Amino acid sequence: MLSARNLHVTFNAGTPIETRALRGMSLDIPAGQFVTVIGSNGAGKSTFLNAISGEQGVDEGAILLDGEDVTRQPVWTRARKVARVFQDPMAGTCENLTIEENMSLAFGRGQFRSLRSAVRAEMRDLFRERLAMLGLGLEGRLTDRIGLLSGGQRQAVSLLMAALRPSRILLLDEHTAALDPRTAQFVLELTARVVSEHRLTTMMVTHSMRQALDVGDRTVMLHQGRVVLDVQGEARRGLDVPDLLAMFERVRGETITDDTLLLG
Amino acid sequence: MSIYSVWGALEIGLIFGLVALGVLISFRILNFPDLTVDGSFPLGGATAAILIHHGMDPFLATACATLAAGLAGMVTGWLNVSLRIMDLLASILMMIALYSINLRVMDAPNVPLINDPTVFTVLQPEGLDDYVARPLILLALVVAVKLLLDWFFATQIGLAMRATGSNPRMARSQGIATGGMILLGMAISNALCGLAGALFAQSQGGADISMGIGTIVIGLAAVIVGESIMPSRRLVVATLAVVVGAVIYRFFIALALNADFIGLKAQDLNLVTAVLVTVALVIPLLKQRLRRKGA
Repeated sequence: MLSARNLHVTFNAGTPIETRALRGMSLDIPAGQFVTVIGSNGAGKSTFLNAISGEQGVDEGAILLDGEDVTRQPVWTRARKVARVFQDPMAGTCENLTIEENMSLAFGRGQFRSLRSAVRAEMRDLFRERLAMLGLGLEGRLTDRIGLLSGGQRQAVSLLMAALRPSRILLLDEHTAALDPRTAQFVLELTARVVSEHRLTTMMVTHSMRQALDVGDRTVMLHQGRVVLDVQGEARRGLDVPDLLAMFERVRGETITDDTLLLG
Repeated sequence: MSIYSVWGALEIGLIFGLVALGVLISFRILNFPDLTVDGSFPLGGATAAILIHHGMDPFLATACATLAAGLAGMVTGWLNVSLRIMDLLASILMMIALYSINLRVMDAPNVPLINDPTVFTVLQPEGLDDYVARPLILLALVVAVKLLLDWFFATQIGLAMRATGSNPRMARSQGIATGGMILLGMAISNALCGLAGALFAQSQGGADISMGIGTIVIGLAAVIVGESIMPSRRLVVATLAVVVGAVIYRFFIALALNADFIGLKAQDLNLVTAVLVTVALVIPLLKQRLRRKGA
């Protein structure tokens, strides 16, 4: 499970463009839960995700994965427990490498890398089997450069790669945002399938309120670097996009009032 | 061109094939523009020459030279990874530092190897002239190094190194300590250049402080020529292509310097190199322009 406690991140501290991206952000995600995260631009979604992955250091607070404090661990050490799919389809794979080489890299996540051959016959069988579930015919193209694939195909492969090794948390960073609507739908359905098949603890950042309510078990809304809404179960099932939008507006209004009070 | 200069061009070409393989690792695989080469090549030559001169076994001396150059590459990597100095600048700093270090190693501007044993004199078979034996010995070595690199880059560590150069963010998210990979890759790259320098000193009768000038340009020229004659994204092809590129490049130089009617002399070597590299770099652009005009 993931436990983020009182995270603070400030960019350009002490300068006129100081931005307090996270202001006491706390969130617990129990094992096996699929959480969707929404919030406007600058709400701290990406910063929060990067703080968990280790790409963004935190000024204050702690991040625990299965009880282990990983706050000070670099990205590559945390990778043992954290799997990730990036927003940019180009970011999650090495375009110069073949499909099987990319998958082999992901198959080595959290493993000791030695001078053994990187792609072996038994791996190829596993890769083919996983790729076949996409129904894109990629299982016959293991030695093709991954740069030859479309953005959607690369994103689908990235998802499979993230699930090749167990993780304590799977981070999805608006991973359908760069795709056309049909491909986005395909990748989203694939996400739901992969997550439930491997029972992955997942945190998905999204811009789409529709997506946030349609997939997963719980929705969290961020605003100004804090959790302002957290719904799951019965309460969440009854929610629709307009409700969420209304809550969003109200939250925004409240914080503005807060600020006014502070200024007063 | 006489038969001597043909074998001679092959010999030097093969030695620079090792440099080209090193440059392929830094520039192409790690995506690290590394000029350390201009210092690590003479470091290899200087180390081998001084050790042989003091009576060390030439093979052991060559191994020491390779190791020393590898260490130099690692320092460049460390300047970049740990001290966050920009890659190109880190390598320039190391290149400058090595100039002094090389003078210290030799304790003189040059160390001649006239009657001392070299790896070539030891390995030279009976009844074969030295100018034929040296290129053949080098050919065997370069092929072995190429195959070794092909094997390495297909291993888990080798693949992790390629990922580091290709997409460091992705590599880190897959659990690869990219800093360590840069150190290792820079060490291997410069070790190959040091090996080349050690062999160059032994084949040319000594080490000289100025032997490294322009090494990086020759290495790059070999890579670029190789890539343009054998374009492929496959690494096993690329490792062959750069060696072939180095030999072809050397033949061009030999031809240019041997054709009396052009009037070029040995001191024009670096100018010819620069012109050749410029031409090789501009050809793709010219091709593109021609195609656009035709369309």
